Amino acid sequence: MNVYRVLRAAALMLALAMPSALADAPAVKLTSTADHTKFKELQGPFASGPEVTKACLACHTEAAGQVQRTKHWTWEFLNPDSDQRLGKKNVINNFCISVESNLPYCTSCHVGYGWKDAEFDFAAQDNVDCLSCHDTTGNYKKWPGFAGHPLYKDTELPPGSGKIQRAPDLAKVAQKVGKTSRDTCGACHFYGGGGDGVKHGDMDSSLAAPEAELDVHMDAAGLDFSCGTCHKAAAHDIAGSRYTPVAADKGGAHIRGKAEKSSPATCVACHGNGPHKAEARLNHHAEKIACQTCHIPSFARGGVATKMSWDWSTSGKLSPEGKPLLVKDPKGHVTYDSRKGDFTFGEFVKPTYAWFDGKVTFTLLDDKIDPSGGPVGINRIGGAPNDGKSMIWPMKVFQGKQPYDPENKTLVKPHTAGNDDTAYWTNFGWEKAAATGMASAGRPFSGKVDFVETTMAWPITHMVAPKDKALACTECHVREGGRLDGIEGVYLPGRDRFTLMDIAMGLGALLTLLGVMVHGGLRILTHWRGQD
Amino acid sequence: MSERIYVFKRFERFWHWSQAGLIIFLMLTGFEIHGIYKVFGFATAVGYHTTAAWTLVGLWVFAIFWHFTTGEWKQYVPTTEKVGAMLKYYAFGIFTDAPHPFRQTTLKKHNPLQRLSYLAILALVMPLVWMTGWLYLFYDQWAAWGLAALQLQWVAVAHTFGAYLMLIFLIAHIYLATTGHTATSHFKAMVTGWEETH
Repeated sequence: MNVYRVLRAAALMLALAMPSALADAPAVKLTSTADHTKFKELQGPFASGPEVTKACLACHTEAAGQVQRTKHWTWEFLNPDSDQRLGKKNVINNFCISVESNLPYCTSCHVGYGWKDAEFDFAAQDNVDCLSCHDTTGNYKKWPGFAGHPLYKDTELPPGSGKIQRAPDLAKVAQKVGKTSRDTCGACHFYGGGGDGVKHGDMDSSLAAPEAELDVHMDAAGLDFSCGTCHKAAAHDIAGSRYTPVAADKGGAHIRGKAEKSSPATCVACHGNGPHKAEARLNHHAEKIACQTCHIPSFARGGVATKMSWDWSTSGKLSPEGKPLLVKDPKGHVTYDSRKGDFTFGEFVKPTYAWFDGKVTFTLLDDKIDPSGGPVGINRIGGAPNDGKSMIWPMKVFQGKQPYDPENKTLVKPHTAGNDDTAYWTNFGWEKAAATGMASAGRPFSGKVDFVETTMAWPITHMVAPKDKALACTECHVREGGRLDGIEGVYLPGRDRFTLMDIAMGLGALLTLLGVMVHGGLRILTHWRGQD
Repeated sequence: MSERIYVFKRFERFWHWSQAGLIIFLMLTGFEIHGIYKVFGFATAVGYHTTAAWTLVGLWVFAIFWHFTTGEWKQYVPTTEKVGAMLKYYAFGIFTDAPHPFRQTTLKKHNPLQRLSYLAILALVMPLVWMTGWLYLFYDQWAAWGLAALQLQWVAVAHTFGAYLMLIFLIAHIYLATTGHTATSHFKAMVTGWEETH
């Protein structure tokens, strides 16, 4: 039983039991200066999401325009370092592969309404979805297949399941808008890759109300950070990026009034560059090693397993009756799904470690791949020892096996989701699915599909453990089997040695010992003889 | 009849034994950090090693001051005189109870071989270990000190090399301490200050 929760509940009961002076004040002290339930614009009823947005924009005149500048809206990002055109709209991963031709499903996580195909109007302000991020009721949910719209009437989902999903009362949701929360961000970011914890490994629903052990900052009974505490937003632009991450932040802690150029989402932005007070040596470590390396001993620690591999090549097996199969392991994780193939999962996963300079290069649809040279990097992380820019970072390295075009030597974007004649999840035919997807992307397709092994690296940065759970020295400073066994370019005391010298000098010491023993022995012997 | 001379003054004896203790402790912890065996655990060993190293630095500040103010530094001025005789003694004479070729006095308390080896230890091996040890401790400052080209590997290997030399010296030193007038007379001298010479 959590003692803080008990105390908090007791305090609440006490407060409720107190009559008198407090009775005149509102029951809840709002941190906002506006009570949205009192706004006549928000009384509803609202028939659709865009109607709500229109009401929001009547007062928040600039909000939609701000959102429309961001990646959350465009799903597009031009990497200024590599000139690569990235963003969800463009990249390929080794999970569900790509949003191309699957938009109505994927855009349930778009901060907009109605993006079902290329005709979507990115300029229409009413298309911005305010509620997906600002809902506080928990009732606002966007289902895959509705192109980013919530349900407007009670609907059986999935179709034929007999489960009726209630449509939210949009007026009630609109009157209760508030700041973003772990729940609103988590509705998409915890479930990336098609399920809870699937993609990131360091982000899943266990972070909605974690214990200190899981995340010392988000600890619901302690510091209680929301996502936005670190990922500070200015004009709806949210700090932190997986396309251009900050690998080494030399900028020090942020100070009010100082013009800060560095990201507010890094550890350093609060803790500075020398946060270890008792042990200066650890600050030296922090010049080469990302905070995350020691302070996130493993990921997927909250009871939610993360997917570690996905083999699309085995998908498509059907039961004798021609029905898709679903195989689960004893813990309930789906290990085989006819629509998707084989999966493996991990909990308390020790990360892979690598020098990382923050540069991430993606393998895009136009890039030629060479399957003969080992797994293809869906993304390739930059970094080298001693380049002054790289730090040793923990990574989740996700293993995939996914369709590619063996003639054109490119990855493919298959059409997976949809109730049509080519969607893979309905028809189980790769060639048709790939043809539709590639046509949608406007790219050539040979008509042939084969499978290629791929890897994707995800820098680990969430699930920061309490300091007493940080890695001990010997996790790395050990002869063999240490976490940094694969890390080159740095001399690790305890791990590394110049073997030849050890042997030569050890032998030298041994010979000295033997020498003095022989000499001493002779002395005793001759002395003893001399006595005779 | 035993003849006694007073060779090691109080501070000198204190210096010797505390330094001996620290150096043995530094070897014990250092070789553990190097991964040869496990006694204290890596983290504890690193902490002890650093503390012992700084303690030794403190001791050396006093020792250097003492050597210069007392003029005892002259005891380490090298000489080649009688070196051959010393070597011959250790190789042969010592087994036939031949007379010791060096006559110890308060002004010349070290035999020529001692002079050479102690000078090598004090002026070469120790500074090597010290310099590399300091660089090790201030690894993160190298760039600021203009030593960006330095590699930790070289420093670490040199430091370990010095440690091995000290180990070899220690073995030989302890053994040679048994070659006095009696097997224990040198040890007694380092405790009481008085050396029995006959």
